[in-house]
This record gives sequence, C-alpha cells and structure tokens, in this order.
Amino acid sequence: MNADARNAAAAEVVIDIEGLHKWYGEFHVLKDINLKVSRGERIVVCGPSGSGKSTLIRCINHLEIHQKGRIVVNGVELNENLKNIETIRREVGMVFQHFNLFPHLTVLDNCTLAPIWVRKLPKKEAVDTAMHYLKRVGIAEQASKYPGQLSGGQQQRVAIARALCMKPEVMLFDEPTSALDPEMIKEVLDVMVGLAEQGMTMIVVTHEMGFARQVADRVIFMDRGEIVEENAPEPFFTHPQSERTQLFLSQILH
Amino acid sequence: MAYVLKERHPDLPPPRSEVGVLGWLRRNLFSTWYNTLFTLVTAYLLWLALPPFFEWAVLHAHYAGEGRQACAGGGACWVFIGDRLPQFFYGFYPAAERWRVDLGFALFVPLIAYLHLPRVRFKLWVGAFTLFVYPVIAYYLFAGGVFGLPAVPTSQWGGLMLTLILAFTGIVGALPLGVLLALGRRSSLPVLRSVSVAFIELWRGVPLITVLFMSSVLLPLFLPTGVEIDKLLRALIAIALFQAAYIAEVVRGGLQAIPKGQFEAAQALGLTYPQSMALVIMPQALKIAIPGIIVTFIELFKDTSLVVIIGLMDLLGITQAALNDPKWLGFAAEGYLFAGLIYWIFCFGLSRYGLYLERRFHTGHRR
Ligand SMILES: Nc1ncnc2c1ncn2[C@@H]1O[C@H](COP(=O)(O)OP(=O)(O)OP(=O)(O)O)[C@@H](O)[C@H]1O
Ligand SMILES: [Mg+2]
Repeated sequence: MNADARNAAAAEVVIDIEGLHKWYGEFHVLKDINLKVSRGERIVVCGPSGSGKSTLIRCINHLEIHQKGRIVVNGVELNENLKNIETIRREVGMVFQHFNLFPHLTVLDNCTLAPIWVRKLPKKEAVDTAMHYLKRVGIAEQASKYPGQLSGGQQQRVAIARALCMKPEVMLFDEPTSALDPEMIKEVLDVMVGLAEQGMTMIVVTHEMGFARQVADRVIFMDRGEIVEENAPEPFFTHPQSERTQLFLSQILH
Repeated sequence: MAYVLKERHPDLPPPRSEVGVLGWLRRNLFSTWYNTLFTLVTAYLLWLALPPFFEWAVLHAHYAGEGRQACAGGGACWVFIGDRLPQFFYGFYPAAERWRVDLGFALFVPLIAYLHLPRVRFKLWVGAFTLFVYPVIAYYLFAGGVFGLPAVPTSQWGGLMLTLILAFTGIVGALPLGVLLALGRRSSLPVLRSVSVAFIELWRGVPLITVLFMSSVLLPLFLPTGVEIDKLLRALIAIALFQAAYIAEVVRGGLQAIPKGQFEAAQALGLTYPQSMALVIMPQALKIAIPGIIVTFIELFKDTSLVVIIGLMDLLGITQAALNDPKWLGFAAEGYLFAGLIYWIFCFGLSRYGLYLERRFHTGHRR
C-alpha cells in the first residue's frame, strides 16, 4: 500500500477492531469486540464495573495484550512487532483515572518528556508546545510546580495536556473524572468538551451522562466483556433496546 | 444559683513544668520512674568516665616536641599522631610524589560541587565524566608510569587514601551494577531473573571477610601461572560485587514502591522500556532508596577496614603498622582513637549528606 492510499484509508477509519478476544488466564474478559472509529468521532463507553471497559481501551495502545482478533490503528496493525507498538503509542494519547503524572518532574517537564525523547523535538520547541497546551487547559501559570502541589482537577488537566503534547491522532480517556471531587469534575469535562469541539478523535470511558449527551457521536454499552448496545446518545438514553442497558441506565440515572 | 462563667476565661499560660529546659528535661529524662533511674545511672557513669578522659585527651596531653621522650608522664601523646600523620593519610606513598594524591582528590571536589549546583547545564556529561573518566585519570595519576610520572606500585598505597579509594570504587562500581541487578530481578525474562537472583543471594550469603580471603587466596589458584592480578584490584572488584548485591536489594525495595500506573503512563506516551526506566521509574525508586543506599555505603566505608586481613594498608592497617613501630610502642589508644575519629567524620558526613539528598529531592506530597 503506498502512503497516499494509506492516508486515504486512515482518513475514514482511525481505529478498526475486529473479532477481539482477551482472556486473563481462564477468565474471558473481552468477547468478540468489533468497533470502528472514524476520524473526528467521539465515542463514550459505559457499563457496569468489571465489564471490561478499561481492558478494551488499554488494548488499543497495547497496555494489555489481546489473544485473538485484529486491532488496526491509523493503518498500523497492532501485533508483537515492537516498531508497530511504538508507532501506535505515539499516535494514541491516554488519560488515566489516577492521572499518573510523574511526581519527580515539574508540570512542564511532564509535558516535554515524551516529545523530547520520543518525537525527538528540540527542547525549545517542546517547551513552546507544552506551554501552548498548558495554556489551553488553563494551567500555564503552574508550569514550574510539581504535580504534588496541584489539586486533583489541575493534575488531570495537566495529564490531558501531557498527552496532547505528543500531537496524537486519538485520545483515550479511562474514567478521567471518577477520582475527582465533584467541584473539580466540571473543569476537566470542560477541557474535554473543548477538545471534542476541535475535532479530536476520542474514546471516553465515563459515567458522566451529561458529557455523553453533549459530545458523543455514539454511546457504547458494555457488559460482561461484550458490546451489548451501541447507538447515538439521544436514542440510547431515551429508548435503550436491551434489558441490561435499561437496568444499567435506571441505576445510574436514578 | 449560677456558678457558670458568662464569658470565656482567658487562656492560662501552660504549666511551668511543661515548657523550657525544665519541661524538656521532665518529658525526656524523668517522665517515668525507670526513665529517671536510667538517667541517674547514666549521669553517674558519665561523671566517672568523662573527667578522666578529658584530663588524658586534653589537659595532660602532649602536643609538641620530638620523638617519644616528648610524651613522658601520663596524658595522650598527640605528638605520635603528628609524627605519623603523612602515613595515616598516604601510607607508604613516596613523600616526593604525594602531591599526585592531593591533586587526584582535589580534582574530585569541583566535579562533585558542580553536580550539586542547581540548574546548571551539561550535568549529565559532568556526571558521566565523574563516573567514568575521572577514575581513570585518578588511577594514572596515582599509579604513574605514564607521562613521565614515576610508577608507584599499589602495594605502597595506603592510609586514608586507600580507604577512600576502596570506598569510592565500591560506591561507584556497586551503584550501576546494583541498579541493573534490581531490574534483572524484576525482569519478566526467566533467565535474566534467575541469574540476578543467584548473583544477589550468593554474595549476600557470604561475609565480606570470606570474599576478601577468597579473592586473595583462592583466585590465584585458578588463574593460569604467570597471570597475576593486582591485589588491590582484586579487593576492589570483590568489594564492588559484594556491595552491588546489597544495593540491588535496596533499589528493588524502591522499585516496588512505584505504582504500576507510572510505568503505564510512560509506555502510553511511547517511551521505550529503557527510557521509561531511566527517566521515570529509576529516579523515583532511587529517591525512595536513598536512606537505604546511604546505610549500605556507611557500612561499606567501615567494612573497607577488613582489607587489613589480606595485607592492604588502609587507614586501620597503617594505624596498626604505626603501633608496631619500636620507636612508638605503647600508644595504641591514641592511634585507634584517631583512626576512629576519621572513620566517624566520614560516616557522619555521609549520613548528613543522605538527609540533604532526601530533602533536596522532595517534590511536594505524594498521593
Ligand atoms: N490483571 C488482571 N488479571 C486478572 N483479571 C483482571 C485483571 N485486570 C482486570 N481483570 C478483570 O477483568 C475484568 C474487567 O476489568 P476492567 O478493569 O476492564 O473493568 P472495567 O469495566 O474498567 O471496570 P471499572 O468500571 O471497575 O473500571 C474485571 O472482572 C477484572 O476483575
Ligand atoms: Mg476501569
């Protein structure tokens, strides 16, 4: 495949998951997952605890290894080839529930580390990029502080900026607000809404249904390792098809 | 009937016995009857021991003069220490060449000082220079035989100089090796893991004194005839390997304290395994391990004195040699006191340095 054809194909589908299975020993965590994500699409994944949401999105950047099926990210297939894994990780940003900022580095160094060492950016350029994104998440004036000196909401915004500094094609969010105090959830969601408005391709595991209604193109409901239902937010919330979805929604929406 | 106060009573000062010197004494020395007993017994023993010691070491001591006749009568003979001072520092290193030792150690000072300046450039390079290039320069400076410097065989090295060389090499050699062993022990590759575990447990299961004996007695048996490895070099290697096993365990403890999320975040950003370890995991693990590392280094510093048994004249060895000098028989107390004081200065310095490092690397509260 030449570069142009690959770009054209990638312009449509950024993430292509086919027949994905994963086991933890005997335990079948992911069962025949099929999912295509187009460029600029925003996907929200929800479902009960232990249903495999984290496992699914962690397979996409190979933090978890799948045993069966295909994952293609941006035209590159995810397999045991280290080069491919590295390429994909450069293109896929991830935000964790517990931020996972590097506590021994300042906010700025957190943001420039990977661009300098992975993208081989000159320091000056990496700092400029970092300041740009820190400004965008509204935290530029804290750039020289250490993560331990920031609030949870601020830390999560730094974590988002850190991922953005790699200029990824796709952003994965694993319950980015569920470790935050209620008054900090909004500041993080606002940043994510802004990101969505600028056309970032996003897969977000979250139970923030307001966020899902506002930005999602599709909502995916997972239970016991399967995708049970997937639909646009309006029909998903107003007319859930399966019983399991109805039960889940009735529980989280009271 | 109302005995209730209408207004808040102003705060009373704390009881006198709880503040100031008296309060401190009360809380720390006389809080219970057995504490009081211990305090009194200790005070009595100090009262018995300290004045005579002070008289001997300071009041009646002899500070100046020539030879042992200057030290007639009681009191410590510091003349002996003064007379032997060069040997305490340099061993049997030829007097005319001692400037080389001074220069070698003097070179070390600006390097270390530079590494402790905040926010200076090229730190990594200066650090690498200190670790890899400086030892080579120092070696050729001390050993000579190049650039017209007269050769000084290692058998003439001794005293504090030798102690510092043993300790420095032990520290510099053991730290990187220990870090690699710690990583090896946690590796997912079975071969690497078993080799690391075997190495660590082997060295930790043997006393250093045995290792030194083996290096000097056993090793030559296995080497082909004609091949001879310098005695000092053998001791240095033995100490570095021995020390590495202990460092590995301390560093492993640090590694275990780093949450898995740190490694995952590094991976998710596209850092390779070596980059994740070097830039994210190790700096944090080493920071946690600092107290343990300093403890093992202090132990190493003291343990270097064991090289006496394989005939190396380190600070303790040279002290004993000086005590056996017929001209100065009978001044063992002064000799050991002086050697002990020097060991104490260095170990105490290391310990304070460890505290300084801990404070310096503290970056806000960890979750
Ligand atoms: N390393 C592991 N080894 C064995 N089982 C695991 C492991 N990690 C996760 N699991 C199991 O896999 C299942 C799916 O886990 P996952 O973390 O993907 O769930 P989740 O949908 O993200 O749940 P939550 O909402 O609690 O985060 C759970 O039952 C969990 O116990
Ligand atoms: Mg999860």
